[in-house]
Amino acid sequence: MSESNASATRITPGNALRPEDIAASDVRPSEAVAEYALRLGDDALILAQRLGWWISRAPELEEDVALGNIALDQIGHARSFLTYAARAWDKTEDDLAYFRGEDEFRSTHLVEQPNGDFARTIARQLVVSQYQFALYSRLVSSSDATLAAIAAKAVKEVDYHRDHARQWVLRLALGTEESRRRMIEGLILTWPYVGELFEDDSLVKELEGTAVLPSSLRESFDAEIHGLFAEADLEVPEVPAAVGGGRRGEHSEHLGYLLAEMQVLAREHPGATW
Amino acid sequence: MTTATDTPQDLTAEQEQFDRLIAEDSRIEPRDWMPEAYRKTLTRQISQHAHSEIIGMQPEANWISRAPSLKRKAILMAKVQDEAGHGLYLYSAAETLGTSRDTMTEDLIAGKARYSSIFNYPARTWADMGAIGWLVDGAAIANQVPLCRASYGPYGRAMVRICKEESFHQRQGFEILLELSNGTEAQKKMAQDAVNRWYAPSLMMFGPPDDDSPNSKQSMAWNIKRFSNDELRSRFVGMIVEQVKVLGLTLPDDQIRFNEETGKWEHGPLDWNEFKEVLAGRGPCNAQRLERRRAAHDDGAWVREAAAAYAAKQAAKRNELKEAA
Repeated sequence: MSESNASATRITPGNALRPEDIAASDVRPSEAVAEYALRLGDDALILAQRLGWWISRAPELEEDVALGNIALDQIGHARSFLTYAARAWDKTEDDLAYFRGEDEFRSTHLVEQPNGDFARTIARQLVVSQYQFALYSRLVSSSDATLAAIAAKAVKEVDYHRDHARQWVLRLALGTEESRRRMIEGLILTWPYVGELFEDDSLVKELEGTAVLPSSLRESFDAEIHGLFAEADLEVPEVPAAVGGGRRGEHSEHLGYLLAEMQVLAREHPGATW
Repeated sequence: MTTATDTPQDLTAEQEQFDRLIAEDSRIEPRDWMPEAYRKTLTRQISQHAHSEIIGMQPEANWISRAPSLKRKAILMAKVQDEAGHGLYLYSAAETLGTSRDTMTEDLIAGKARYSSIFNYPARTWADMGAIGWLVDGAAIANQVPLCRASYGPYGRAMVRICKEESFHQRQGFEILLELSNGTEAQKKMAQDAVNRWYAPSLMMFGPPDDDSPNSKQSMAWNIKRFSNDELRSRFVGMIVEQVKVLGLTLPDDQIRFNEETGKWEHGPLDWNEFKEVLAGRGPCNAQRLERRRAAHDDGAWVREAAAAYAAKQAAKRNELKEAA
């Protein structure tokens, strides 16, 4: 199959930038930009790995399709960001996805949290899609043209993810007593991991104009959440923030299992192509 | 049972109209009159087909988390997602015959409805993603292309769309095997092993031999089925016998030959006892597949109830607003 045929899977709609284009280009990011791209790519990859579990297990077939689509979009974003990052070290997206250890991953704790029930997955989706939407909306103006181009494609897709999550929050919160109880529980389990998304550190400060300062996204995130919660008769959970550190490679206990499963086959056959 | 072979004096005007449409090779549409037996046969066939898509997601979904490259992971996700989509079109097509998706789903998880037996075999290695795509989807295409011309309109139209996606699935399966076959020794061994395991089950997907397939004749008279099981199986063998050479692999059957007299491809004996055992629920994964479907359905009940309750509340709110206006 040639690369052009891959569009039949809806992985690469239209003329949007594809990971293969990034791999083939001459643009090589600086070490710092690559480090930043790793963060965005790892968030998308780990989230996709979690969401992929739902395909064949969702509450209805339409959700198998919807969650599958979201996972597929996230894999697409991950591939682009990781391919770009990999160029700084003469590696490939797969070298980074399959042959890094747990402490080399730069994803936040939020995306590695277990799926739990559907409400917990939706709570995680709400937070991550609102965050990514705010982030990519700003990243389209990045001084780094590749990051801007990836964000331009991703923001349109993440806008749908945000709508999907918001629609489900309304349905679960205002549906039945049980769904409401589960939605609230899902939010309680998710909220400790919100704070980490908006933490600044020296890398993002150093990349002013290229990276988006996470703290600058908090206001619009809060406003959108408050608007939705008012409609859904929900409150922002008052729970202590978890200790983060994902951007420094300090992860929760969940990530090791996730990576073990994701990497097992590739590591069994080092050097093989697939 | 009313059949197209009934004597003329038994025929109503509606039956005559139906028979005329079939004789002209035209399409029967949902609002047309149709014999009960035709409706029943189609409901059974289309719902079984839908169930096969849904159960068939499982052996492949198992490998999404372990796919060995990100590109393969994305393609596999897209493929399994397509299967959910196929299940949805097919349930919709079956619903036009008067049975609800809920009823069909209940029958599936209660173990009352059948689905293609092939999905009761385990997908043991990554190479199975290739073999399933190449052989299982390949056999499905051979079966389904003629169904695009099935006399029942909604079924034929659903099949047109499904066949387009299936042919992509088959190509990607072939490509997985090709890559493995040209890879390391271990990869090539994995590919050959998967082809060895999926070959016979995929040939049995066409159903029992013609002399042991009692329903085929009526389905052919109704223009639902266009070719016999053995005819389709023979064509499929002719197709893969060439393709396997390109793969650099072999088929586990040294009796494949082209019969010059009949103009048909022939293959070695198949274990129809195994087929019947799996069909009767005694295959390697029957219980596991149904359990997973049942768990997804049961665990999702509260979500579906919530969505229904929310929709009802919203509708009530709209009515209140209307009355107040």
